[in-house]
Amino acid sequence: MSGPKQGILASFDYLDSTVEAIEALRKAGFKRRSIQAYAPVPEHDLEHALGYGQSSVRVFALVGALTGTATGFALSIFTAMDWPMVVGGKPIISIPAFVVIAFELTILFGALSTVIGLFINTRLPHLKPLVVYDPEFSSGRFGVYVSASSERVGEARKILADREPAELREDPEGVANV
Amino acid sequence: MATNGDGMKDKERGALPHPDVESFGQVNRDILKILSRPGKGWWALFSVAVLGVGLFFTSWIYQIVTGIGVSGLMSPVGWGVYITTFVFWVGIAHSGTLISAILFLFRAPWRQSIYRAAEAMTVFAVMTAGLFPLIHLGRVWHGYWLIPYPNSRFLWPNFRSPLLWDVFAVTTYFTVSAVFFYLGTIPDVAAARDQAKGLRKKLYQVVALGWRGTDREWHHFGKAYVFLAAFATPLVLSVHSVVSWDFAMSIVPGWHATIFAPYFVAGAIFSGVAMVITLTVPLRKIFKLEAYLTVKHFDAMAKLILLTSLIVLYAYLTEFFMAWYSGEEVERSVFWNRLFGDYWWATWTMLVCNGLVPVMLWFKRVRHSIPALFVISLFINIGMWFERFVIIVTSLSHEYEPFAWGLYRPSMVEMGIMVGSFGWFFFWFLIFTRILPPVAIAELKEVLPPPLRGARKEGAA
Repeated sequence: MSGPKQGILASFDYLDSTVEAIEALRKAGFKRRSIQAYAPVPEHDLEHALGYGQSSVRVFALVGALTGTATGFALSIFTAMDWPMVVGGKPIISIPAFVVIAFELTILFGALSTVIGLFINTRLPHLKPLVVYDPEFSSGRFGVYVSASSERVGEARKILADREPAELREDPEGVANV
Repeated sequence: MATNGDGMKDKERGALPHPDVESFGQVNRDILKILSRPGKGWWALFSVAVLGVGLFFTSWIYQIVTGIGVSGLMSPVGWGVYITTFVFWVGIAHSGTLISAILFLFRAPWRQSIYRAAEAMTVFAVMTAGLFPLIHLGRVWHGYWLIPYPNSRFLWPNFRSPLLWDVFAVTTYFTVSAVFFYLGTIPDVAAARDQAKGLRKKLYQVVALGWRGTDREWHHFGKAYVFLAAFATPLVLSVHSVVSWDFAMSIVPGWHATIFAPYFVAGAIFSGVAMVITLTVPLRKIFKLEAYLTVKHFDAMAKLILLTSLIVLYAYLTEFFMAWYSGEEVERSVFWNRLFGDYWWATWTMLVCNGLVPVMLWFKRVRHSIPALFVISLFINIGMWFERFVIIVTSLSHEYEPFAWGLYRPSMVEMGIMVGSFGWFFFWFLIFTRILPPVAIAELKEVLPPPLRGARKEGAA
């Protein structure tokens, strides 16, 4: 779609109205990327209506964990070989003892990498001021934001208004990070 | 404002985890209210905690200036109150991760309202525990030697040593639990941000990282949370196992046992859940959270204590049995000495507090009485401190050679640091209850029925 974009933000009191609004919007041909939902709780119904697949955070978790395992073994083995000194009658490369180090680093790297994956995927931290937002979204309300070309924005407004939103706000810029 | 679960009859509401919480909005109002003005009760507790912090640092600074000789540590007992208290605090930490991560993976429906306080407890308990190896070092300015890096002769630390494993385990545990804790608070800090004003709002804006609760944020957040829980679960089991191997990997009689890892993990969870009760009972009272921390939650925690107390008691009996059954003279002597020797009072305190007192939890009336649970939890805290004291001190004071036996008496400095560490812990915990929502707002809403317009119509009809 070309032309200047406009946005509309609807705040709903009810979860089912929100899900219906999203489904109606998608049926009317609004692209998945132009719709953004807000919720005070993680709701599977919303994610389902928007058609989410697997989160790529899992790749970060796996790669981080494996990197940690490798680092743990590498650190303990190479430092032991660097100055081969028999301690406590154990072999220079004492794998059972080094498993503990490798295990802890697996967890450490895996967890930190998961957080990095989360930040990348959610575009957090989001430092710009929240323009298109209703403070009630963290309390009890659900929200739907649509950005559309100025020709189609009326259609979107009608679909949203039909589900009796508690509040309907215009966003003349249509720049909300969808 | 929408009321959740409108179409429900009273009886159906009673089956909900929080029947008295009516809407999502009410959760925000009730929980965020805590952050506004502290009452007299909070200030009273906080003043006591500050005194404790004062005692802690005065004693520690005195030890640093004078030398480790001010402690009662002397051959043969080189590990005393400091290591006892270290193990105690690491153990306390464990149940926080159990409640936040393991029960999350098991989808236990009663964890939501207590897990934030439990997780905060974990972070502050590890923060407290982490100081004790440094205190025990004596020359604390050499503390950085614990970090794995090569010294000036390019010698690396010995990765076969359980003490180094412990450094890895405890630092990993602190990092992961702090990250897990922070991540969980983000949506709730955003909720606080949306209602706060002035300086607080600015502060929350930074901490919340611009969280808006969009579909994309929740989608990846949920996934990341599952993975972090999955990482934290084996971690929590490993940390206290590694702590137990500090003892079990040596050949000291009374320490060198394969049962130590599961025995320590069960003991850690046992003491930790007791500490959660110790913390949440006043929390509930001071901040009037009766609708959120219900009797059902305390009942569930009491059952967890009961289960772990049985495991701990079984471990005690196994230790005594194996000492006798092994026929090892030294091993037998150590355990005889535990029961009837110089430290008999410590051993019997441990056995009564950890084995006998929890028996009362078999009764539903006790499990449903908050004051009774509070008192029992205090007994368990004391008992579990003595358990570590018994394991450490009675074994070291009574090793192989009778001429090397000796007695250890904690000095005033050691007791000051030990008592003061509670002040340090509560200092952070009390500050936490004022700046972060002590009950997880967003997660609590997951167990409330969502607001549905359809249900409202049916209810009206």
